[in-house]
Amino acid sequence: PLKPHPQRNGSERNPGAAPPRLPFSRVTREDLAFFRTLLPGRTITDPDLLKSSNVDWLKTVEGNSEVLLRPKTTEEVSQILRHCNERNLAVCPQGGNTGLVGGSVPVFDEIILSTSLMNQVITFDNISGILTCQAGCVLENLSNYLEERDFIMPLDLGAKGSCHIGGNVSTNAGGLRLLRYGSLRGTVLGLEVVLADGRILNCLATLRKDNTGYDLKQLFIGSEGTLGVITAVSILCPRKPKAVNVAFLGCSSFQQLLETFQCCRGMLGEILSAFEFFDASCMSLLEKHLKLTNPITESPFYIVIETAGSNATHDEEKLHKFLEEVMTSSLVTDGTVATEATKIKALWSLRERVTEALTHEGYTYKYDISLPVEKIYDLVQDMRGHLGDMAKNVVGYGHVGDGNLHLNITSPSKDPALLAAIEPYVYEWTSEWKGSISAEHGLGLKKRNYIYYSKPSEAVALMGSIKAMLDPKGILNPYKTLPDNIH
Amino acid sequence: MHRSSEVKHVASYLNTRGCECFGQPCESHCPVLTDRTIHVQLKTFIKIRVKPDRTGVVTDGVKHSMNPFCEIAVEEAIKLKEKKLVKEVVAVSCGPQQVQETIRTALAMGADRGIHVEVSGKDYETLGPLQVSKIFAALAKKEQADLIILGKQAIDDDCNQTGQMTAALLDWPQGTFASEMTLEADKLKVVREVDGGLETIKIKLPAVVTADLRLNTPRYATLPNIMKAKKKKIANVKPADLGVDVCSRLEVLKVDEPPQRQAGVKVETVDDLVGKLKEAGRV
Repeated sequence: PLKPHPQRNGSERNPGAAPPRLPFSRVTREDLAFFRTLLPGRTITDPDLLKSSNVDWLKTVEGNSEVLLRPKTTEEVSQILRHCNERNLAVCPQGGNTGLVGGSVPVFDEIILSTSLMNQVITFDNISGILTCQAGCVLENLSNYLEERDFIMPLDLGAKGSCHIGGNVSTNAGGLRLLRYGSLRGTVLGLEVVLADGRILNCLATLRKDNTGYDLKQLFIGSEGTLGVITAVSILCPRKPKAVNVAFLGCSSFQQLLETFQCCRGMLGEILSAFEFFDASCMSLLEKHLKLTNPITESPFYIVIETAGSNATHDEEKLHKFLEEVMTSSLVTDGTVATEATKIKALWSLRERVTEALTHEGYTYKYDISLPVEKIYDLVQDMRGHLGDMAKNVVGYGHVGDGNLHLNITSPSKDPALLAAIEPYVYEWTSEWKGSISAEHGLGLKKRNYIYYSKPSEAVALMGSIKAMLDPKGILNPYKTLPDNIH
Repeated sequence: MHRSSEVKHVASYLNTRGCECFGQPCESHCPVLTDRTIHVQLKTFIKIRVKPDRTGVVTDGVKHSMNPFCEIAVEEAIKLKEKKLVKEVVAVSCGPQQVQETIRTALAMGADRGIHVEVSGKDYETLGPLQVSKIFAALAKKEQADLIILGKQAIDDDCNQTGQMTAALLDWPQGTFASEMTLEADKLKVVREVDGGLETIKIKLPAVVTADLRLNTPRYATLPNIMKAKKKKIANVKPADLGVDVCSRLEVLKVDEPPQRQAGVKVETVDDLVGKLKEAGRV
């Protein structure tokens, strides 16, 4: 028997759709005059320019904002929020707009507060590896900056060319390196946040260890812009590995994939930096839409393993011993290895571009689930059986090393009947195995009402209290993250 | 010169030379240290550093990799073998110990055996196309090769000379910049990429061919082949054994970085633009 769902209030509306507009003020000429004085040339009201900021990357949600603001400094952000708080104007903070749960775009006419011009590195200490920068720095740019100095960012994701570090932190982004370097909750050392009323909270410490009072930054990490706007980040960066190798392997069953993971953990140990998987359906989409070639023979499952270490010979020896072991024991049916950058990039792009390949199939229903690792593929197979012909593709891929599945279901166009078959079935399934209905993507607009599948009502109530305390008027990214019934 | 009706073996020369190279982001064939740097692509690249004494670039601790055109050459050789047009593929590389890894990659792709011509230290730093082609010509005679396939040029020095010089030293015909090659009895039909388009020639074997980008797409070396490659032989040979003097006739006077790219200047209005252009004497 499944847990009773406390959210159900008899409403027939789709829980992922937008609720009715809350009674925020509307932008007036006076407001525009204020913004234009504060941010000359950086107050955008042209509908064509606003269009791309009103729609999410997946093109599944669209808002009607009429104002896009581009501050350059924390002080400007503070003044914007102070004004909006006084005037009861809703604000949607926006970084790279690469979020997948509709959290980065307005639902109605919220003012878009963009970090795109807050893109300066503030300091970098190459002894401690601590980087401080503004929230609008693009992740890939930070990676390039650090790589020149022999360091790397502790996180890496497919969206790196567009996402902003502020957005990464406010969504507690996971990504491909989490297995090795841990989550942002560990690597972020300090934050500078502007609160709903414009107060600037400077907790931009650059200390590895600081146990003085409550760790406030943890509140803002993963709060999806609903508790404050992050304006600067200090983050601990690891040294750039001298030797990176990637192995691309094929397995004939998920059970063997899991055993390969065990073996990998044992034999590669501390040099393992990523363990990702995707299934044969993903490979067909990569071949069909992006014309990528499968480097090995066709298999039901593909694994991408990355090692990163300080000694090439040592790492290659370990990797080769591991590969020999999994080949001779037939855990793996085929594979290839890359030690040099172009080939490494080519192998990684197979995993990184699955999301892109899916967008060519029509409409994608995306589910980012955390489950006990052995159950991960059961969900995919179960969904296939459950949906039958209703879905065009049901694919599974993701950070299997972290117990995180990306389940994607496509159909030629938006299909409410398909959606009704998927939800809440997928959430109930996840809840039954005590998984998370959003491992790393967050709740945003689309998943806010499903929070109860993974958190008890007392916890959600406390979240509501914290929100009410920090943002009494509720102007920061309304309609997101917390369920509608919290109000 | 031994010739048989069936091509006996194909030798594939793998470029492993380091070079005078400049810190520009690499595209398809821009000067980058081939076998010593991680091949740079678009946004992620290893910064190439000129040595303080300006005699060359820093190569310590930088990773070797097979020259992309040479990889295409190896692939072509293996394809010929798979079509049973050729009996044996031998992969050859000149350089220090590290080049063995590059030879192993060729073996993993399907080459039958390797030859490592040991050149290290100062000799390696000054090793250039002329010495390499002499080594290669000597090896070709010793091994009784029927066909030599090389990459058209190394992406670190961009010399584009080794193939041509090797053919000249052996007095063999050459089909350079090959985008297609077909073996027809004892003749080779080669489609060459030239400035004006494509040129098709027929050359008699033995011959030298240099591979261009569109000749093929190199395969990934798969694990079973990587394992098999460990057992394949790599013979060690010294240039002296081949009667070749690797002394260079060239002296590098100095190596400099290209001038730093200046940042652009943003202007707010058309008048500002005109003003700035006038200032710079451009208008």
